[in-house]
Amino acid sequence: MKGLNLSLLMGAGKRLVMAVPYVWLLLFFLVPFIIVLKISFAEAQIALPPFTDLVEFTDDVLTLSLNLFNYIDLYEYDLYLTGYISSVKIAAAATFIAFLIGYPIAYAIARLPEHSRNLALMLVILPSWTSFLIRIYAWIGLLKNNGLINNFLMWLGIIDEPLIMLHTPFAVYIGIVYAYLPFMVLPIYTNLVKHDGRLLEAAADLGASPVESFFKITLPLSMGGIIAGAMLVFIPAVGEFVIPELLGGPDTLMIGKMLWNEFFNARNWPGASAVAVVMLVLLIIPITIFQRYQAKEAEEAERG
Amino acid sequence: MANTQTKAGWPSWLILGLGFLFLYLPIFVLMFYSFNESRLVTVWAGFSTKWYGELFRDDQMMGAVWMSLKIAFLSATMAVALGTMASVALVRFGRFRGKTVFTAMMTAPLVMPEVITGLSLLLLFVTLAQMIGWPAERGMLTIWIAHTTFNMAYVAVVVSARLRELDKSLEEAAMDLGANRLAVFFKVTLPIVAPALFSGWLLAFTLSLDDLVIASFVSGPGSTTLPMVVFSSVRLGVSPKINALATILVLSVAAVSLLGWWLMRRKELQRQKEMRAAYAS
Repeated sequence: MKGLNLSLLMGAGKRLVMAVPYVWLLLFFLVPFIIVLKISFAEAQIALPPFTDLVEFTDDVLTLSLNLFNYIDLYEYDLYLTGYISSVKIAAAATFIAFLIGYPIAYAIARLPEHSRNLALMLVILPSWTSFLIRIYAWIGLLKNNGLINNFLMWLGIIDEPLIMLHTPFAVYIGIVYAYLPFMVLPIYTNLVKHDGRLLEAAADLGASPVESFFKITLPLSMGGIIAGAMLVFIPAVGEFVIPELLGGPDTLMIGKMLWNEFFNARNWPGASAVAVVMLVLLIIPITIFQRYQAKEAEEAERG
Repeated sequence: MANTQTKAGWPSWLILGLGFLFLYLPIFVLMFYSFNESRLVTVWAGFSTKWYGELFRDDQMMGAVWMSLKIAFLSATMAVALGTMASVALVRFGRFRGKTVFTAMMTAPLVMPEVITGLSLLLLFVTLAQMIGWPAERGMLTIWIAHTTFNMAYVAVVVSARLRELDKSLEEAAMDLGANRLAVFFKVTLPIVAPALFSGWLLAFTLSLDDLVIASFVSGPGSTTLPMVVFSSVRLGVSPKINALATILVLSVAAVSLLGWWLMRRKELQRQKEMRAAYAS
């Protein structure tokens, strides 16, 4: 009997271990999205909270008013459409640059002797443990008209007048690449260290040059890591706020910044919600790709 | 790359050198100019620590530091508890109903743009306040909930990686020797994953300390966190006081993570030695 009670207790414990984080996430992660969706169909009003109810129950009549104007607004104001397109463009280009810089770094770390790999990896990650805001702030001092890079180039005599770098798309690219580079390096490295060196030996034995075997073996095999890294950079970069706000100019349109302004400056909560919903729809495919990859990784790790 | 390809030639060192230069130079420049006499961040006018003095006399900034540390401590702790439970459920419980949704909810916060997370949580809090009157006001509690939610996903990544590579035979051996599941978890599993819990906690702590966007959405009057103060100051332009703050932040993060790394490495080496000794005897 005692054994049975214990196993019943264990079953309850198991359910509890599962249920507590599950319920937390349902309430604080999933439900909020449903509410965003709901409020994106509401109308803005000057009150607290600053939006109308969708469902009204007056005089025994239940009225449901879905207001599509927030979405029509998004479509009709070219500004938003341009904002979405330019966010995706900027994020994609920055992701590609991060790949061009991050892949060689990951590759070089994977070729280090085993005992120094962890230290090198740690050095790549360490900056991302210090404040994001401060790392972006650091670039203001570097890129300003009278900033260090301009002063240095003028001192060298390469340029006579300062290059305008701050508050340009160029600065936004630098900011994204700089801030998100570790997230590109990490998954590529994790993938590369698992490669079987004998494959390259076999290719060399069969007469392939190192360059050839890199493009025909190493690169295709590391595709999983590249995709994961690209998603880890691209998805948050599309909705980035701090970088375009601090480094970008007034003409650098990014949707995260537009959502922020809609919410904090225009105080249009339903409008901001509609911006968020469309952004989420835009990101659904990349997020799904990322999750597929994560699930595959987990499965492989479990098989050992 | 197993064994044969571990030779790093000069191109590798060059790439690493340039990569680390790119990653660290801006931070070092920032720290360097915190000791500048002049208000102009980019013109060197002699060594001075006056900006540190000004920083410590800034009551608003110090209040925000304290607020941020409190929230980071509490949310990291809660995130480790919830994230560990979630990892155990995902790694150890096999298939169960709703696992796909669970997994999706555990990975999505890792990439979700912060403006979306922030807005959606704020709207949840507003709706809840309307419906059940809770939370009555936004502030520390709501920031704590928001930070716990995204942090538990990060903790789960670290902890479940450790759980997956954990040698199940150790637990089975303990069970064969008559320990029940609960005892096995606390006496065998937990000590082995403890380093992962520690690094998960540290990661959560720093992420919480760092968050500007989500906190801005869900905070209320009177609960200003450090990044919010830094942001409003940075928006007005560069200030050596921020450089001084940055220097302190960077140095403490570096010290803590190097210490944590060293402790974990020592423990790991010791564990390996003990294992070898156990196998040898």
